[in-house]
Amino acid sequence: MTIAAPASQTTSSRSALRRPTSTRFSRGLGTAVLAGLVTLVVLGLAVSPDDRIQGDAVRNLYIHVPSAWLAYLAFIVTAVSSAAYLFRRTRSLAWDRIAGASAEVGVLFMAITLVTGSLWGRITWGTYWVWDSRLTTTAFLLVTYIGYLAVRGLGGSHHQRARRSAVLALLAVLEVPLVHFSVRWWRPLHQGQSVRNGELSDLMLFTLFTGLVTFTLLYVWLVLHRQRVLTMDDMVADRGLDAALAERQREGGQ
Amino acid sequence: MSSAWRIARLVAAKDLRIEVRSRVVVNQVLPFAVIVMVMFAFALDSDAVLERVAPGLVWLAVLFSLVVVVQRSFAVEVADGALDALRVAGVRPAGIFLGKSMALGVQLLVLEAVLLVSAVVLYRAEVRPAGMLLLAVTAVSATTGLACIGTLYGGLASGARGRDTLLPLLLLPVAAPVLIGATRATESALGTGGATTGEGWPWIGLLALFAVAFGVGGSLAFGALVDE
Repeated sequence: MTIAAPASQTTSSRSALRRPTSTRFSRGLGTAVLAGLVTLVVLGLAVSPDDRIQGDAVRNLYIHVPSAWLAYLAFIVTAVSSAAYLFRRTRSLAWDRIAGASAEVGVLFMAITLVTGSLWGRITWGTYWVWDSRLTTTAFLLVTYIGYLAVRGLGGSHHQRARRSAVLALLAVLEVPLVHFSVRWWRPLHQGQSVRNGELSDLMLFTLFTGLVTFTLLYVWLVLHRQRVLTMDDMVADRGLDAALAERQREGGQ
Repeated sequence: MSSAWRIARLVAAKDLRIEVRSRVVVNQVLPFAVIVMVMFAFALDSDAVLERVAPGLVWLAVLFSLVVVVQRSFAVEVADGALDALRVAGVRPAGIFLGKSMALGVQLLVLEAVLLVSAVVLYRAEVRPAGMLLLAVTAVSATTGLACIGTLYGGLASGARGRDTLLPLLLLPVAAPVLIGATRATESALGTGGATTGEGWPWIGLLALFAVAFGVGGSLAFGALVDE
């Protein structure tokens, strides 16, 4: 992906801004992810067997579980990089961009988790939603990080944004266990293991494992690209400001 | 730390003085909260159901009112750049946070008392002498938590450019444990659905934990969140 520089830029700075977000490494990684996804589709839809009880519905597992894993991983990375930003010795906007990119990817896959989970629930339990503590906490996680992304969009300088959102991400670490704990206490009779009752065949486990590995690589690839785009966003904002200042100064000089 | 407490008391007194003189919460938010209680009755349309869910409706009305009161609390600060002035004057953010939380808490307690009375009148909720202590402790602990998160996220969402719409999105998910805990504890205090007083006390632990967590977290984080 490339982005265009503001029209007022000189040719040299324009070419500096016209950088692809991919590197040799990320292209290799992207190819591996694609191969993994194709393998997952073949394994999940064709090769792996039906479940004795759930039938075809079990195939949802190969997307649902890796998505959930990816989303949790993403939110953990957001929390850790937010802490890294706030820690004086490692303060860098790079941490802030990783936190932001990771949260965006996390929100997307948390939503996919909820959608695939409720579709599976409709088929297996006969209902889209149960007030299970895990489901409810997941929904709260989604809303919390949607709020986090909204706060990232509030504006201000890059470091203001970074500080504000880093603190908010750490407050979410405080909030989520409290929500989980209170919901669990509220509905003590929650479902046991939602899917997996230890009756997966080797091939099913292998497919699930392929899904987990592929989605982890997919996460790395998405965050890598997204944080590079965010870096360019910040550069464009900075240059836009410089250009506007230069223009005003020219006006003042005339 | 003593100076932070002194600042907190001064800020709280200032906020309450503004309320006494402007009467915005009394004249606007209180009637709003009561009309919400009436609307619940329209929606649910059954005396038995209302009696059963009265505690939950009271706390739901408190949450809705919280959003409005918090917006008011920071509209006052933002209007003349008062919050910036305080920050520029070198006032400790923790002091501002605690002070605004205290003022918010006092206003919420008044609101809750009125809502409880309206639940007794409109929903046939009954306040038993045995549940009075539990009810009072519930109100204080839940209100402390709500005041802290209200001030914390209100400070973040205060200011220009459509940030008002952000507040409910940030505030309500965080308030969920308080809604659950306070509703269960109030049900026990009122004996709703055959609940006993003893069932309510463990929930007070959750409410207290919440209040302490966000009291401490808010004191530390408030400065970073309102810094413009």
